[in-house]
Amino acid sequence: MATTPAAEPKTNRIGLSVLDYKGGKTTLCAGCGHNAISERIIEAMYDMGVQPERVAKLSGIGCSSKSPAYFMNRSHSFNSVHGRMPSVATGAMLANRDLIALGVSGDGDTASIGIGQFVHLMRRNLPMIYIIEDNGVYGLTKGQFSATADLGSKLKSGVINDLPPIDTCGLAIELGATFVGRSFSGDKRQLSTMLKAAIAHHGTVMLDVVSPCVTFNDHEGSTKSYKYVKDHDEALQEMSFVPHFEEIDVEYDPGTTVSVTMHDGSHLQLRKLEEDYDPTDRIAAMTRLNEAHDKGEVLTGIFYVNTKAPSFLDMLNVVDQPLATLPESMTRPGKAALDAAMEELR
Amino acid sequence: MATTDVVPQGAGGQLGRKRIVNDMSIQVATVNGSGSQSSNTVLLRAIFQMGVPISGKNLFPSNIAGLPTWYTIRANKDGYIGRKKEIDFLVAMNAETAQDDVMSLAPDASVLYDEPLALNKLRDDLIFYSVPYDKIVATVCPEAKLRKLVKNMVYVGVVAQLLEIEMGEVEKAIRKQFAKKVKAANLNLAAAQAGFDYAKASLQKRGVFCIERMDKTAGKIIIDGNSAAALGSVFAGCTVVTWYPITPSSSLVETMIEYMKDYRIGPDGKATFAIVQAEDELAAIGMVIGAGWAGARSMTATAGPGISLMSEFSGLAYYAEIPGVIWDIQRVGPSTGLPTRTSQGDILSTAFLSHGDTKHIMLIPCSVAECFSMASEAFNLAEQFQTLVFVMSDLDLGMNNWMSDPFEYPTTPIKRGKVLDKEDLTKLGGFARYKDLDGDGVGYRTLPGTDHPAAAYFTRGSGHNDKSNYSERPDDYENNMERLNRKFETSRSFVPRPEILKGTNAKIGIIAYGTSHWGVTESRDQLRSEYAIETDYLRLRAYPFTREVHEFIEQHDRVYVVEQNRDAQMLSLLKLDLKPELTTRLRSISHLDGLPLDARSVTDELSTMEGK
Repeated sequence: MATTPAAEPKTNRIGLSVLDYKGGKTTLCAGCGHNAISERIIEAMYDMGVQPERVAKLSGIGCSSKSPAYFMNRSHSFNSVHGRMPSVATGAMLANRDLIALGVSGDGDTASIGIGQFVHLMRRNLPMIYIIEDNGVYGLTKGQFSATADLGSKLKSGVINDLPPIDTCGLAIELGATFVGRSFSGDKRQLSTMLKAAIAHHGTVMLDVVSPCVTFNDHEGSTKSYKYVKDHDEALQEMSFVPHFEEIDVEYDPGTTVSVTMHDGSHLQLRKLEEDYDPTDRIAAMTRLNEAHDKGEVLTGIFYVNTKAPSFLDMLNVVDQPLATLPESMTRPGKAALDAAMEELR
Repeated sequence: MATTDVVPQGAGGQLGRKRIVNDMSIQVATVNGSGSQSSNTVLLRAIFQMGVPISGKNLFPSNIAGLPTWYTIRANKDGYIGRKKEIDFLVAMNAETAQDDVMSLAPDASVLYDEPLALNKLRDDLIFYSVPYDKIVATVCPEAKLRKLVKNMVYVGVVAQLLEIEMGEVEKAIRKQFAKKVKAANLNLAAAQAGFDYAKASLQKRGVFCIERMDKTAGKIIIDGNSAAALGSVFAGCTVVTWYPITPSSSLVETMIEYMKDYRIGPDGKATFAIVQAEDELAAIGMVIGAGWAGARSMTATAGPGISLMSEFSGLAYYAEIPGVIWDIQRVGPSTGLPTRTSQGDILSTAFLSHGDTKHIMLIPCSVAECFSMASEAFNLAEQFQTLVFVMSDLDLGMNNWMSDPFEYPTTPIKRGKVLDKEDLTKLGGFARYKDLDGDGVGYRTLPGTDHPAAAYFTRGSGHNDKSNYSERPDDYENNMERLNRKFETSRSFVPRPEILKGTNAKIGIIAYGTSHWGVTESRDQLRSEYAIETDYLRLRAYPFTREVHEFIEQHDRVYVVEQNRDAQMLSLLKLDLKPELTTRLRSISHLDGLPLDARSVTDELSTMEGK
């Protein structure tokens, strides 16, 4: 018999412990950046007190897209087809607007095979969090370049990439995503904060998370290695996040800090590390991203946030309850309606 | 290009024969985009309103304006409304095709032509009527820029006079056509009347064809198959529609948008549906699957090229067991083929759409009424069997005007299939997504968002066991595939049964499906009256095939499978299903020129194959 009473497990605001957000055992390589991202997702969901049953995890194909199996087992998940998770996510959100859609994709799944669906997802401002676990290579097929690989980056075999990369953040901002940022799987604090703010946002959140592939792209000459990213990481802001269920206890200086009120009443505070960077200015964001390219920086932070734009579901003007479970009385018009339609056709 | 390819044999040229009442085909040859659609609809409706069975078929080019188009109205007292091969009355409005159109007519046919075309010089075995359209239209339409549009209504009046169609019915049809646009209606009515008056004063009727009032259309409606499918889907409780425009399916969703606005917006102005035009067919099917997974009744409409693009996702939906409805309005392929012509060419590719072992349920409507009713059946089957259901319509059915009895209000309730909710899970304590508890091959599913800790499962296209956990075990894969097969076998007893029509002691059977039905129905009567060939007829309404199909083939010495594709696609599917000794009884009659199947072609081919 125990001599000391067992400590009550720590719980969040809805009474769940962090174990309630756990997933299966990862089958990715030891040290893979994706596992760190899974951990951050678990933390953010736990900290925000999100009911796991409300979350729909969606992914395409690739190492990244396997990762939803490794977090939040109490959430439904759909590992779909290569490059086409955006359409599946869109369908799911059309069916049930109460879901919190969390999409996990990779750089190949998004920027190569999936670029078509990606750009159209960004245009629609569908409420969902879209994470790219970005390592610049195809892992599951053993290390070919993807379309986010930087110009001049080198494969293990010595092959040099001679095509320019697609900047998914620049694309997302240009096309209409309303919360766009880049982080690094190794930056625990920044990524956690960004994920919590993402949960508070109502609209398309696009986070490109550089996540080194320890097996195929972590060597000298790669621009997606741990070392390279650490050496070239240039953070735009220092950020903190105050969820809507907590009091703001630190006053911020409007001269040095931008505070963004999120849809759910949470506050995202961005302490400027660069003078006059305004994350609500779309054009400035594009310019800064282009500069980063030219300078060879791995620019991280929240580049753009817009809490005013209507979401896709707002535009469709659908009923408040999920379409999926509407009763027959609401989805099958009465006989009089059919009679009227028939009369028109006589 | 001529749309009649065969000139029937006969002496011809003998005028003054007996009147032919309520049995003719009228073809109007115009230029695409010239606004003739209203005139043709008015003509069709006027005859319909006189109680005569009709159909209207638009043969149009893949073009927005400028290329030739033909509209064929068939009026038939016996209710044969399939395409008739011969044209009895040609309205030649298109200078570009007029010569070919005239040269391809059978002797004794009538031709109504625009005076400057001087077509009467071409042949001496036809009946020609010349009409100075420009002069007539100038008298009724002072505004020069409207004349081009109104000109077409003049021929309606001329045809009405020559065929004895009542002007009162023409007026009624014009008023319906232009509905609230009174000014336009009056202008068009004046044009029709001017045509009628001109014909009365200046043309001497020499043809034998005429329309007489009868009572075979009372209470009936006229609608195209795509609109019927749209309406059916509205009443089927469809909640999510995602689509990418492609001829000939676009009008299905476009009409559905209108019907949804009429009938599915609540008093608060909010919609009980979402319709999204996707970026391509890949996204359209992806959205259908995402929505079906999350519990919506989701659908899309497409044509052959779209079906090809949906292939990968269809395999995922088959294997991950996700409901959804896909309307394939078939057109001629491969590739772009003839995008504005009809076909039944997607049967084989759709039955097995995707990679690996897949097979899909297909429903096959032959009529607008079935387009309506199968919309509900498709959703019920999709949710009952947690799988995609393909509804195989075609351009002839989808885009042409058909008369029908009014549609019956669905009597079967909306069936959502085996879905466990929070209360079920509390009682059961948990569930295994792909476990065959009931022996029918169908597992139980939960919807994302179900508020129970045991509700979630992981959906994937990768190998999985009955708890939907990732598995590469050979036995897990095999068991799962065998269960999917069991599910497909179960569906045989639930899909729509074939329609069987018996002749008298027939040794010969005919199997057909979809719009081939109309040609076959007429052909059976021709075979009986002209060749004394008795036939039994089975009309397939679904794949997988039901027991009745096997029995039908077993009961006949020879079975002709009539279909609108080159490779006898349905016959091939039947062969896969039949006992080997029965397969030799099947004979193929195929039709693949892109025009709707006509009875004469079937009669000619079947009688020849029977040695007659």
